[in-house]
Amino acid sequence: MARVVVEVMPKPEILDPQGKAVTGALKRLGFSGLSVRQGKRFEIEIEGEITPERIEQATKAADSLLANTTIENYVVRVDG
Amino acid sequence: MTDTVANAKATPDVTQPWAELGLKADEYRSIREILRRRPTSCELAMYSVMWSEHCSYKSSKVHLARFAQLPKTTPRGPLLAGIGEQAGVVDIGNDWAVTFKVESHNHPSYVEPYQGAATGVGGIVRDILAMGARPIASMDSLRFGRLDAPDTARVLPGIVAGVGGYGNCLGLPNIGGEVVFDASYYGNPLVNALSVGVLKHGDLHLAFARGAGNKVILYGATTGGDGIGGASVLASETFDADGPAKRPSVQVGDPFTEKLLIECTLELFAAGVVNGIQDLGAAGISCATSELASAGDGGMHIDLDLVPLRDNTLTPEEILMSESQERMAAVVEPENLDRFFEICAKWDVLATVIGEVTEGDRLVIDWHGETVVDVDPHTVAHEGPVYQRPMARPDWLDALNADTTASLGRPGNGPELEEHFRRVVVSPNQCDKSWVTDQYDRYVRGNSVLSQPEDSGMLRIDEGTGLGIALATDCNARFTLLDPYVGAQLALAEAYRNVAATGAEPVAITDCLNFGSPEDPEVMWQFSQAIDGLIEGCKILGTPVTGGNVSFYNRTGETNIMPTPLVGMLGVIDNVADRVKSRFQNQGDAIVLLGETRNDLDGSAWAEVIHNHIGGNPPKPCLEAEQALAQVLLRASKERLLSSAHDLSDGGLAVALAESAMLSGFGARMKLPEDTFVALFSETPGRVLVSLPESKLSALSQLCGDLPHARLGTVTDDGALTITGQFAIAVSALRREWAATIPVALKTRPRSAR
Repeated sequence: MARVVVEVMPKPEILDPQGKAVTGALKRLGFSGLSVRQGKRFEIEIEGEITPERIEQATKAADSLLANTTIENYVVRVDG
Repeated sequence: MTDTVANAKATPDVTQPWAELGLKADEYRSIREILRRRPTSCELAMYSVMWSEHCSYKSSKVHLARFAQLPKTTPRGPLLAGIGEQAGVVDIGNDWAVTFKVESHNHPSYVEPYQGAATGVGGIVRDILAMGARPIASMDSLRFGRLDAPDTARVLPGIVAGVGGYGNCLGLPNIGGEVVFDASYYGNPLVNALSVGVLKHGDLHLAFARGAGNKVILYGATTGGDGIGGASVLASETFDADGPAKRPSVQVGDPFTEKLLIECTLELFAAGVVNGIQDLGAAGISCATSELASAGDGGMHIDLDLVPLRDNTLTPEEILMSESQERMAAVVEPENLDRFFEICAKWDVLATVIGEVTEGDRLVIDWHGETVVDVDPHTVAHEGPVYQRPMARPDWLDALNADTTASLGRPGNGPELEEHFRRVVVSPNQCDKSWVTDQYDRYVRGNSVLSQPEDSGMLRIDEGTGLGIALATDCNARFTLLDPYVGAQLALAEAYRNVAATGAEPVAITDCLNFGSPEDPEVMWQFSQAIDGLIEGCKILGTPVTGGNVSFYNRTGETNIMPTPLVGMLGVIDNVADRVKSRFQNQGDAIVLLGETRNDLDGSAWAEVIHNHIGGNPPKPCLEAEQALAQVLLRASKERLLSSAHDLSDGGLAVALAESAMLSGFGARMKLPEDTFVALFSETPGRVLVSLPESKLSALSQLCGDLPHARLGTVTDDGALTITGQFAIAVSALRREWAATIPVALKTRPRSAR
């Protein structure tokens, strides 16, 4: 089974309250000089061969459901 | 390279992107005249946002000025602050004051429903906070396209989750509002967020920057590149071709930062270390600095390099225009600085001195040691263009008014009447809104007395005496479309009646005037008529307008929304223990209708649901009768005569009766006047359905005096709504269908692609 990975990140200009909270928590725990932005990763198992059509399908899925393209960017790549 | 003032003087003929920033040619010309040179790109950024319709009220100013003729007093005494402040402040007695305001966040909520609605809640809460008040509750009036329209399935859940997510995290109860569906809001939903706060009289604070040498402090969140879609014209296209890509115009809110900001700000006020304070909303630092400076007696010097940034690629133009959320500005005397920073540190709130108040009257802003802004702040904040836009009564209005409901088919027998009754009650605009309001916390803080689906939300303010407030928001835009003057008065009357029905005395209003394009003379006519209607109405009712908001350009393509002048009414109740609920309470109680029913079916819910018809003339409001009705309700509540009281509005007696029964589980046996159809569906204003023990009927009758009142039936425990001689309908089955309308519509719709 082939796998496609979609990584979604808040756009660089957009405030990321979760990442900010993690950054603050790390600082309180003594990890200095670390700044975090938090996104999400989707692993999509694909039946059969990975073809350009399959990538296109995964990209459409990312664009319409996995990412909120108003405030998030995404990348689609083949895993492995 | 930075466009400094010196550079602007040296290069007077540079072409500037004023049109892309939304300025008109004559507006750009007047900026050049004011400055007697071309503006720098930073100045252009400031003027363009501050002179936008949203910030300058350039199309509405001449009309809003008419509100000034209203007395600045409520039935409970003089206003402590009125229009022009960030929010109006009303004295409610016992040294308590209440501040409340409603504001629109319509367009951002269409682009990104969750964050648009969330930041709408956050913005209005900061307005309340800036008055020195503790925010204690929210309310939200939401309007969407048809419930079965595909995009409603994207916009509605997103907006509701955003309102709930932000408000719940802040720990503010959401005590009511509206959810309305109409095709005209498709592609332009309305999100009107109301916030209410409470303070002691001595804690009132007005924003100004006074005293040379005092420091200007920016505190709260860092400044990022959000909400500056427009400024990218300056950044990327004109001055630096390799600059950042076009910035998104969306802002993301962080309610936990806002919560810290609330606690921090209230402690700063209590410690007496701030001279002036202002929230940063639309137009960000441009707005806060120019407004603070022009409200004071001096000038201001700001060093933009000191603004803490989340993204250090931001250009000075972008920093000035950024609408990053959860930020406030304060003016602080030097000797209070240490204490100020100590309090901010305690709440983990970042605070930075970014400038100071100066002698003279200029707002000067530096960037990298060079002056990029040198303006009279008054010209930025208050001397924007003022338009006397052309107005014209729409030529389609006569035909619309002539197309009455007289020719529409009416139910001919009992079963048909039952079918119409059922269809109106379960229709999207009349159905159960729990799917929406169950996503909101309505009990947090422990002082919520009433919340949706009651006629108004109610909060206890004083735990000792039970002193409390009630709030209702209303607008039936179908009536406003047919006649904006009368429609606005009907919105006012409905909000007034909703507050009175719960036992509170209506005292003051805030308004949110949502209209189409001001460049359309028909829209300007609607706007002007609605304002006149509100003013005349408020004069009679004795309720001042304490402030509010205008939202123009609400349209999809060339189609303007129905004019929607939302009224938020504040009421005061001496003891919340006297509050009256809308649902039936006891079997055997008499059901009485207060007020007179006329043949008012034009623009009604019946006409909409059964015939998809809008036309004719709205009901005639009689505000003196509303006042008399309110007096009866207030006295009846004080004397504990009533078991329930429910306002009649959309859907008339049919909907009021069905709700009173469905929410309680009781049934009712009704004997209605001969024309049962009109009795059930007419929307004559000035009516309230009450229930009370038979033993108290004569006392109520005495209270009513000349006010028409008629016994219509009795509360039963047989689980049926029986209209004698017509039909009987099972309450539980009706309730199931009524509760299913929204969930069913949203679940069966496919999620539309973004």
